Amino acid sequence: MTSGRVVLVTGVSRDLGRRFARSLAAEPSVGRVIGVDVVPPRGDLGDVSFVRADIRNPVIAKVIAKEDVDTVVHMSVIATPASAGGRGTMKELNVIGTMQLLAACQKASSVQHLVVKSTTTVYGASNRDPAMFTEDMEPRRAPRSGYAKDVAEIEGYVRGFARRRSDVRVSLLRCANVIGPHVTSPITSYFRLPVIPTVVGHDPRLQFLHEDDLLAVLRHATVEDVPGTFNVAGDGVLMLSQAVRRLRRPTVALPAPAVGSLGSVLRRARLADFSPEQLAFLTYGRGVDTHRMRAVLGFEPAYTTAKAFADFGRSLPPTGGRTDRVLAAVEEQLERGAARPLTTRGAHHG
Amino acid sequence: MGDAEIIPIGTRGRPGRGTGKQPSSAARDLAAGRRPRPAATPCDPPATEAAPPVQPVEPKRPVQPVEPGLAPAPRPAVTTEERDAQGIPLSDWLAAFQHAAREVFGDQWEPQLARLLAFLRRRVTGDYVVDEYGFDEEVTQRFFLAALRPVAEKWFRIEVRGVENIPAEGGALVVSNHSGTIPVDGLMTMVSIHDHTGRYLRPLGADLVFRTPLVSSLARKSGATLACNEDAERMLRGGELVGVWPEGFKGIGKPYSDRYKLQRFGRGGFVSAALRTGVPIIPLSVVGAEEIYPLVGNVPSLARLLGLPYVPITPLFPWLGPLGLVPLPSKWLLEFGEPVRTDEYDEGAADDPMLVFNVTDQVRESIQQTLYTLLMQRQSVFR
Repeated sequence: MTSGRVVLVTGVSRDLGRRFARSLAAEPSVGRVIGVDVVPPRGDLGDVSFVRADIRNPVIAKVIAKEDVDTVVHMSVIATPASAGGRGTMKELNVIGTMQLLAACQKASSVQHLVVKSTTTVYGASNRDPAMFTEDMEPRRAPRSGYAKDVAEIEGYVRGFARRRSDVRVSLLRCANVIGPHVTSPITSYFRLPVIPTVVGHDPRLQFLHEDDLLAVLRHATVEDVPGTFNVAGDGVLMLSQAVRRLRRPTVALPAPAVGSLGSVLRRARLADFSPEQLAFLTYGRGVDTHRMRAVLGFEPAYTTAKAFADFGRSLPPTGGRTDRVLAAVEEQLERGAARPLTTRGAHHG
Repeated sequence: MGDAEIIPIGTRGRPGRGTGKQPSSAARDLAAGRRPRPAATPCDPPATEAAPPVQPVEPKRPVQPVEPGLAPAPRPAVTTEERDAQGIPLSDWLAAFQHAAREVFGDQWEPQLARLLAFLRRRVTGDYVVDEYGFDEEVTQRFFLAALRPVAEKWFRIEVRGVENIPAEGGALVVSNHSGTIPVDGLMTMVSIHDHTGRYLRPLGADLVFRTPLVSSLARKSGATLACNEDAERMLRGGELVGVWPEGFKGIGKPYSDRYKLQRFGRGGFVSAALRTGVPIIPLSVVGAEEIYPLVGNVPSLARLLGLPYVPITPLFPWLGPLGLVPLPSKWLLEFGEPVRTDEYDEGAADDPMLVFNVTDQVRESIQQTLYTLLMQRQSVFR
């Protein structure tokens, strides 16, 4: 058996989890990577050994003990009810799964590091939000349902675990909306709609994290020994209107209740995963301060928010952008006119 | 001879159709060359309708017989034919366009127009940068401030004093009195500060601003953020010129009879933000904003229903409808006072409530005194 860390990664059946586990296995300081999920991953896992186990039941404790795991990376927090098979299952996977996993970690004395992928959704979104949330700020309105509440509960359990096992290094990464050509999430399916519904009169600020940066920051947090809670997001913000214009997609501005009901229709038709907390996000937006990510965690994302969004947008065919084409045509005409001999202008100047 | 000229157009010499008598008055009015009879007589309603469109037209071909009752009918027929016959050649369009461009942009119209097009394209493709608060400098400078400037200069004839008290760079907190039912004073302060110092004032707004559709997106784009300690300190640390109106709704929604009486200055949050970041506090006194919408009444029940702090009644609103929203053209005076330094206090001064109250009172007194002085100097409300 090779020396080095033994890392357990949850949620490897999904694309990002699988890719993360694979890239982690290539790290020199990591000896073995064990991937855990309830269903086998679709793609190639490479050097990662897959264990089919449900983190919702105590079997996971046996896996941790048997494999002598010293690092646990928990990224099985699901944002899309449809992929989990309904909101009830999603909540169970998220909350009960985390509880069981942390209980198992608490028992296993071999576990020395815990990395949890959380999200900036825990800050909520409201009109009373500060412009930039730092790690020690609380949401202005406690989430009452959905993904945001799941994440708030998960973070509560992680804090409890950190209290009880103070010898374990715990890193909690609150990642901004992950975006990229391969990501399926509520926000990417929203931007993939041919006509994008927006809340009339509101223009939220958005921050994105590129999928490659997500994998990089998880790897960084796994390998480096930095405890704490960190906001992770690309530099800068984009306004929703600006983002949509960059995609060259037409928008339709609707009042907030109409956007909500349109969202539930889309969800039922399985066209887009549109959740209530996303409506608040699309109304008020959110920004997080990433100073601590740079100064303490020592991580620098490769993509800014704008670049990450551009990379995501490359995979999408534009469905609008007529105004730009008209303006471009006028510009071209003008240039052609300027290139011609100065007939009109010469005459004018005499 | 008048009768003879009617003939080719109307009824070919025969009397009016179906009547066996004279042609109808409507048909007679269509005649070419006929002197415009004082047709617009009030006693003749159909003619009144028909006359204005017909008079300028000189029909070249005989118009088909017309039903007396359908007097306005010939007009579209004539004009369509005229348009079909002539049209405007493309070269004329081009010439007109070039002429218009020269009129608007001057002789250097081509580069100017190219620049405008580039700007428009940048906007429609989202190729611009906003800062972390959502401030869009380009649109603020080229659109918002440009639209507000005539109001500031021509309508309110704003006179600014004490601009030298605003530091050229670094964080500073402008504290102003608040009045005028609608926060026009904030907008005018933004324009005046930008025009006199070139700096952007970053206003701190109530949470209502960020809840209201349209207003919320405009506020963020023009540089505002929520009035909370976190944002105030963050902006001041970032070296911005931040504007606060600590009276809040108590100040802006006070009745006209209380004009120029400063209300309570909140909880002094702005002072602790300035103390923590060590930036100067610049008191600003605005005279003139109280008179733009004299608030004479309030509908508290409707306000509660709409979730607003008040529903104003002014001498013009809501009686004149949208016209009542036109502010009265009062004469404005803006005076920036001597900055109050906060960098001399010890560490932890922001956590000393007594000190915070004292500084708050000092700023408030200074604004109130300046208000009284300015009121004495002002000749009248509108001049």
